[in-house]
Amino acid sequence: MTLLFVALGGGFGAIVRFLTDLRLRAWRGVAFPWGTLAVNIAGSSLLGVLTGWALHGGQPDGVRSLLAVGFCGGLSTFSTFGYETLRLFTEKTRARAVVNAVATMAAGIGAAAAGLLLAVAIWH
Amino acid sequence: MADPASVPRPRWDVLAAVGAGGALGSLARYGLSVAIPHPRGQFAFSTFATNVSGCLLIGVLMASLTAAAEPHRLLRPFLGVGILGGYTTFSTYATDTLDLVTAGRPFTGLAYAFGTVAAALVAVYAGHEITRAVKK
Repeated sequence: MTLLFVALGGGFGAIVRFLTDLRLRAWRGVAFPWGTLAVNIAGSSLLGVLTGWALHGGQPDGVRSLLAVGFCGGLSTFSTFGYETLRLFTEKTRARAVVNAVATMAAGIGAAAAGLLLAVAIWH
Repeated sequence: MADPASVPRPRWDVLAAVGAGGALGSLARYGLSVAIPHPRGQFAFSTFATNVSGCLLIGVLMASLTAAAEPHRLLRPFLGVGILGGYTTFSTYATDTLDLVTAGRPFTGLAYAFGTVAAALVAVYAGHEITRAVKK
């Protein structure tokens, strides 16, 4: 059951990531990888909330495998972030590559922290 | 700026390839996390290994697809967006970092946060350049 949930959540997360990226490319253009930044922030904040819930001891196994391991993992990505940063470095400007790396780290970890704090506020 | 209504509508087979790849990649990531468990507040070697190896592989994949005469149109959605996107994770990286900080190990947390990004960027560059050199 756990494997099925991980696969379902991961597959669905990847599709949501793909569609979000298409939409943001059409809206904002390709000068900066907004789509990957957006899914990484969204995945990190949701996983922050789920982690806070798990620390409180209330999270069922199904939620963990479907949402935390599956969906958040499938939605967020490190490989595309890495490849896009390399592309910015070699094809656009080095400054934009550095901005992408720093902004993704800061915003992703910040979003996870905000989600964790929200969960603490809800469940404690 | 493009009209939001003009977003290209992906074909169902592209979405199916992304979804199937995402499912397989997520299972591989989960398998690795079970094989190399880490107690809370410890350096997350499995996430680190997942993200760095996934970045190496996307460098190899993108250089291979660029070099190929006519790559199959579902290869990138399945292997790149799906499998490698589902295999690697940014959200677990972010919460692993917070775990270390909240467990009272802020310096290990910083080393994990910056070390993963540095190793991943070196890996994607190495994968890309080595593949390009071999394909020439």
